[in-house]
This record gives sequence, C-alpha cells and structure tokens, in this order.
Amino acid sequence: MSRDNILHKVRTALGRSPSQAVAPPPPVRLRVPEVSMEDRIASMMSHLNELNGKTMRVPTMDAAREFAAGILAGKTALASNSPYLAECGISTLPGVATGITDLGELRQAAATVDIGITSADYALSDTGTLVMLSSPAEARLISLLPFHHLAIVPRERILTSLDELFTVLPHPAEQSSSMVLITGPSRTADIELVLVRGVHGPGFITVVIVG
Amino acid sequence: MSVEFDQKIHTTLEDANLQLAIYTATGRLKQKRVEAVAADSLPDYQELRTQANAIKKHAIENLDHYLEEFERNVEARGGKVIYCKDATEVSDFVLDLAKERGSKLIVKSKSMTTEEVDLNERLEHHGLESVETDLGEYILQLAHEKPYHIVAPALHKTRYDVAEIFTRELHVPNETEPEKITLTARAVLREKFLHADIGISGANFLVADSGAVTIIENEGNARLTTTAPKIHIAIAGIEKVIPRAQDLAVFLKLLARSATGQNLSVYASFLSGPRRPGEIDGPEEFYVVLLDNGRTKLLPDRSKRQSLYCIRCGACLNTCPVYRKIGGHSFPWVYSGPIGAIITPQFMGVSHEPGLPFASSLCGACGEVCPVKIDIPKVLLDLRSDVKKSEAREGLNRLELFAFRIFAWVMTHPQAYEIGGKIAASLAPSGEGKWISSVPAFMRIGPLKAWLSVRDLPPSPPKSFRELWRRR
Amino acid sequence: MGKQVSLFVTCMVDQLFPNVGIAMADVLERLGYRVDFPESQTCCGQPAFNSGYRAEARTVARHFLETFAASEQIVVPSGSCTSMITHHYADLFQKEPETLALVHAMEKKVFEFATFLTEIAGVEDVGARFEEVITFHDGCHALRELGIKSAPRRLLSHVKGLELREMSPAEECCGFGGTFSVKFAELSGAMARTKVDAILGTGAKTVVSLDPSCLMQIQGALSRAGHSIRTMHLAEVLASR
Repeated sequence: MSRDNILHKVRTALGRSPSQAVAPPPPVRLRVPEVSMEDRIASMMSHLNELNGKTMRVPTMDAAREFAAGILAGKTALASNSPYLAECGISTLPGVATGITDLGELRQAAATVDIGITSADYALSDTGTLVMLSSPAEARLISLLPFHHLAIVPRERILTSLDELFTVLPHPAEQSSSMVLITGPSRTADIELVLVRGVHGPGFITVVIVG
Repeated sequence: MSVEFDQKIHTTLEDANLQLAIYTATGRLKQKRVEAVAADSLPDYQELRTQANAIKKHAIENLDHYLEEFERNVEARGGKVIYCKDATEVSDFVLDLAKERGSKLIVKSKSMTTEEVDLNERLEHHGLESVETDLGEYILQLAHEKPYHIVAPALHKTRYDVAEIFTRELHVPNETEPEKITLTARAVLREKFLHADIGISGANFLVADSGAVTIIENEGNARLTTTAPKIHIAIAGIEKVIPRAQDLAVFLKLLARSATGQNLSVYASFLSGPRRPGEIDGPEEFYVVLLDNGRTKLLPDRSKRQSLYCIRCGACLNTCPVYRKIGGHSFPWVYSGPIGAIITPQFMGVSHEPGLPFASSLCGACGEVCPVKIDIPKVLLDLRSDVKKSEAREGLNRLELFAFRIFAWVMTHPQAYEIGGKIAASLAPSGEGKWISSVPAFMRIGPLKAWLSVRDLPPSPPKSFRELWRRR
Repeated sequence: MGKQVSLFVTCMVDQLFPNVGIAMADVLERLGYRVDFPESQTCCGQPAFNSGYRAEARTVARHFLETFAASEQIVVPSGSCTSMITHHYADLFQKEPETLALVHAMEKKVFEFATFLTEIAGVEDVGARFEEVITFHDGCHALRELGIKSAPRRLLSHVKGLELREMSPAEECCGFGGTFSVKFAELSGAMARTKVDAILGTGAKTVVSLDPSCLMQIQGALSRAGHSIRTMHLAEVLASR
C-alpha cells in the first residue's frame, strides 16, 4: 500500500536507489567521566532532592529493610519480584504483597496499594535518574500506579550519566521491551506553569542507596 | 496575508490578559532554558548541538535506509509498522483495528502528529471515545480547542478558565487551585487508563538499530498509555528516525533542557515491541504508524529539508518576539511559532497562508536557540521567495512586484535615485526637526499609513548625506 | 596612517539620517583615515531580498558589487546592511560562480562601523566625550549574524562622562524587520512598545545602536508615546567631544 509509495517518494526526493549503501553516520558521541563512587552517591542524592525526591543512604541491606519498614508503617505496598528486594527482606515485610506474575492481579494490586517498591537496574548520578528495564523481576506498573514509589538501589548500580548508560547498554532493546528512565516524581506545569507533582504517576519518590 | 490571519493577530494583541499570560509563561520557559544550557550546567552544549544536527542531517539524507532498518527491527520484535500517507489512512488503520478487536475506549498521550491529522475528531465521528491524558491536552479537549504551544498546550488558559471548563464538562465543583484541579484530572483519567482498550502515543524518536519508540514526558500519562491497554499504537512522522540508541544520549540532554529547562524529563520510555515472554505487563500488540502527510515534499530541497530535523522542543516559540505577542492560535495550522512558520507552508503549500513566512522580523533568536541548529531565518527567507514566485505565476500581488521592480531600477540608477529622494523629501513634511505623527491625507496610504498607525515618522532632513558630503 | 576607506552609508542614512554618515566620516578622519564616498552607491538590496524578490535583490546587489569593486575597505553604519552583504549575497549568487567569487572577495572588505574601529583600526578610545546616561540596543543582525556584542560596548566604555545601563531583557528585537514593520504594523508596534518599556526601565536619556533602522523604529515608538528619550547612532556618540 502506502509503504512502497512513501519509500519510493523518499528515495526519489533524495536521489537514492533501493538498498543503496549509506555513508557511515557521525561517530557516536559518548563521554564517560571518572567520578568516584562517593561523589556519584552525593550527586545522585542532591539531584533527586532538588526534584523533591527523597533519598536515604543506608550501610547495609538490613538497614534498608528497617528504613522501608519505617516508611510502610501500616500502609499497604506492592513489591516487585526483584531478587534484591527479597535478599533485603523487604518483600516479606508486613503489608507488602509480592511475587505476582499474573497481569490481572498485578493491575489490581498496583492500582490499590499506597506504595510501589522496586529496585532499579541502574541509576544515573548526574541527573538523579532511575533506569528500569521491564522483566519478570520488575513490572512496569509498580513504579507507575501507586502514589508513592520506593526504590532500593545497591550502590554499585549507580552510573555517572546517560553517556555511561548507553556505553554499558548500547542496545537496551536486546534486554527488554521497555526501558524507562525515571527522574523525580511525576509532574505537570500545564496550569499557569504552576508545578504540581503526582499528576499521573507517583507524586512521591524515595530512593534508598544501599552501601 | 489572509484577512483571517490579520484578524487573529489583531484579536490577540487587543486582549491584555492574554498578552500577559503568553508573555509571562514564555518568558519563564525562555529563562529556564538559558540557565539549563549555560556553561556551568552543560559545558558541551554547543558540541551537542553540532552532533545533534549532524545525526539528523545524516538520518534525513538516508531516510529510506533508516526507515527500513527501523521497520525490520520492530517486526523482528513482534511489532508491526504501518506507513500512512495522510490523515485518512491513519484514522482508517485505527478504526479498522478497533473494530476488529471490539475496542471502544482509547487513551491518548500528547502527540503533535495526531493533532496534525485531527485524529480525535475522526475517531469520535465513528463512535469511539478518544481521551487526551496529558493534563494540558485534556483541558483543551474539554474546551474543544487546539494546542496553543507545542510543549505547553494550555499556556493561554488561567486557572479560572480551567476551573470553569472542568465544572462545565465534568460537573465537578468549581476549584481553582492547580493542585486540586490536577487531582481531579488524575482521578478521572486513571479510570480511563484502566479501562482503555487501546493506547495511542506519539514518538519523540524512532530508533532504527533497536526498532524502538522513544517517548519523553513529565506526567506519566505516556507510560500509562503505553503500558495499561492491551494495544499500543505509536504514531510518528517519518522524519523522527535516528540511527542508534546511543544517539539518544545527545538528544535527551538537549530536548528537556531546551523545552522546559529540566536536565532530563521525568520519564523517557524506550519501547521496542510488545511485552515479551516472562514480562508481566506491557501491551500485547505494538504498532508504529509512520506518517508522511506532506513530509516527503520537504525532502528534495537541500536547504529547506532541515526543517525536518525539528525535535519539537518549543524553544523557538518561547524566544520568538512574534510568538510572544501573537500566541499560538493566530497561526494557521497546529504548529505555531518559528517552526510552525517554516513547516506549515511546506506541508500545506505556500498559498495556504502566504503571509506566514513574512510574519517575522528575522531577528534570528529562533535559530540561536534551536538544539538541532535549524537555520530557521534562512528557511523563512527561502519560503518568502517561494511565495513571491508562486504569486508571480498566479498573477497575484502585481502592485508589490511592480514596486520592487521600480525599486531595483532606481537603486541601479544613482541619478534617478537622487532625484527620487529629492522629490520624496520635498513632499514629506519637515516637521521642523520634530518627528511626525501625521501626514496630509493624500499621503496616508500604503506603507506610510501603516508606519504611522503605530509610530511617528522621522522628519525629512534638509539635505541628503551625498549633498552634505559634496559641500564638505 | 593615512589609509583609505570607502563609506557605504546605506540608503537610509543617505536619505533620512545624513548626520550619522557625517559623524562616521568624522570619527574615521580623526583616526587618520582618508575617507571617500563612491557616489554611485545606493542600497544593498536587502528590502527586496527580505521581501522575497530575489531577482530584484540580485540586480541591486550587482550594482553594489560594481560600485565598490575598487574600494579596499568599506565601512558601513549598519549591522543589518553589512550582514546582507557578508552573509546573504553568497546565497543570492549560488548559481553564478563568477559573481560568487566577487562576493567572497567583497565579504572580506566590508565592515560594520564598530567592528572596523575595534578590529581593523585597533582603537577603543576615540577621544569622545558624552556626558549622559545611555542604554545600548543590540540590532539583531549585528548581534546574531555578525556576532557583535562587545565591540560597541568597549568603544562606549572609553567615552568620557558616559554611563551605560543595560536593558532587561537586553537582546530582544525592536520589531522593525524591514517591510515587516509595515506589513504587520500593529504587531511591529507592539514589539516596539515592549522595547520602549525595557528602555524606560534603565532610566537612560539616550538609546544608542549600530543600526539606523532599529533607531528609526525605536524613536518612532518613543515619540508616539510622548517620551523625551532620544536615539543616537554609535557614530554620533563617538563623534561627540
């Protein structure tokens, strides 16, 4: 149908023939700076705080669990199937549902709990970003539907920047159907440029850095 | 220039509240961009622009190659690519799919491309409910208006306007606090997300080497649109393709900074195909509609094709002294501001609104802020020439053409030029050295009348420079 | 010293603001230049070019190229007209290689007045005195096409008795834009009023610029609004003693 017609128009306009080779694209431009882990952690925290995200650094997985327990305090939560959350003992805290593999159940739970708990595949320190790849361990909706998103991230997953992410992960599509970069709480400024958080996604985001 | 264009400009200039709203909002966005790209925030800003321009140039010059690569990779991951030449083909595709799947409710995230083809109107005409979910777009859908701005669609609405629209359309109590209005929208739209059969999104980038659609947003509505319903349809112009996932590092840094002054937007989704085995959520079906709708018409001209590099950041609107006065709805099509002024005539034909490329003082502020370095003033000048060629062919605006032929003749005949100058000076009021606010009735025509409608005129000097020079 | 420069005063200065041209000549002569005025000069062709009449613009541009073919250095009291020659002539003659070669040679010889003083004459202090508070308007083509920002400010900083107060916002267009000012008069007037507000905000008594066309627009708007603030070309300030 229109496919061949459009491609033909494009080629004619550009003076190209079908399957004509292309000159190499401009070289990839990725610059990965040397930044110490301590500086990365500090940068991650300060950038997220600027965006009104909450951050907490804890020394151990046990401490992460205790911190999470404090946030839960009688609220309901849904934890992803991330093995890291299980290792921390967060998945088994009271009030936390986890282990869901059925979509219907997941939608139901994610739409009703107070808090969605996930880990993250990477974090980007120079913007305060979480990188989430969809997988059996991490469903997309847990970081999206609840009003509060709590992420537990071991420090070694903190990269410096977008450039480092795309150096480490040049082909994200090979890993997952969905990679999402999350930088702070959901927000809008569509009414008189007044900043309002939590318009569709979480209004609160808390990132716990472990180690 | 059409009467309609002139009238819309006039109406906007007359509306003092609107003037303040546009000027304040664009001023804030403009300032935020300046801070976000300043050397202490983004030291390699200019290098990133150069790289972004080079990538876009390469992608457009080899567009067929990258479209086919994109298509192959989407299909390898279980998605489908549909090429559409115009609005009818897009809506037919969506309608047919909805009919086959028995779908009734569609949620939409913000997409200028779907505005271009009036998708909502077409779907609703066939009995489907299509709901905009970006807050600004939702407000405008309720108000039955088109976006005012590429990035901030409801920029012209005050909180009081929005409260009134919500009360009228949703029968909720009149609430003017933006926080509370937002919560109402969240609740209403959350229900839509959870019950929708199809999610339609736009795309900021189509990544050829990955078969992925990249969507940038702040609210989370695009994530919901592309995650909650069983079917995800991304609708994008063919020019959105870039070669590699790694190129996103460049574009993501530039886009949010240029648009809103954020380092990164809250959500960047990189979506390649339907949900895979083992993944718990995500759509079962994944379609990418590649829309031409006039884009191929821009490709033959080596200079003007740069208009297709645009990443829709809206920076040129915020910095444009013309947009900041006449707003978005004065423009004749969905794209406003400097970028609208260069793409509208190319998509729709120069005679769609022949005045459009002339509605610019050519100050160059747009080109200066463009993150992909589109030379907007140059394209405007090229289009002005196109308009005049088209008018000459059709025998329009003959008086102006005649005037410029006279101009060219006079300016190449110095003696005629000098005598002409003397005659003009003898007719012009001297104003006794003061600036002139009115002229005799017989002179109150054409450009002179227009000039004097808003400004005073310099008095005619007793002697021209060349006369003074000869006496020196 | 004793080098030769040619004036291209622009049609606007010739017909409407002759004192700007005289002031420019005075400043150059004080610096020891021999100044000539090729009499067959008229216009650079920008009005036709910006209005979409390329053929007519080419005709006028050719006349300019002939008129100034023999000149070694050409000084222009306008960023906009300079930019027309140095940045847009090449576009006009893309398909005429012989003329294009003349254009490229011309590009190297044509200088906006302030840039000529600071870059070619190598002067920042021209010995002027002007005891007033002024503000400076950046003409868009000077600023964005020619990249002129510091040259006029450096020259003004050496003028005795002068105080420069910057506008906020500083770099916004005055709304002139050639035929735009009459094709979209109401809009152009609204842009001028925004500029006037920025000027009033500085408390300056005089607005200085490199471009007579911006000054005509700004003075026209100031005068219409009944303000007593005046406009002056940089050359007029630098010629003051």
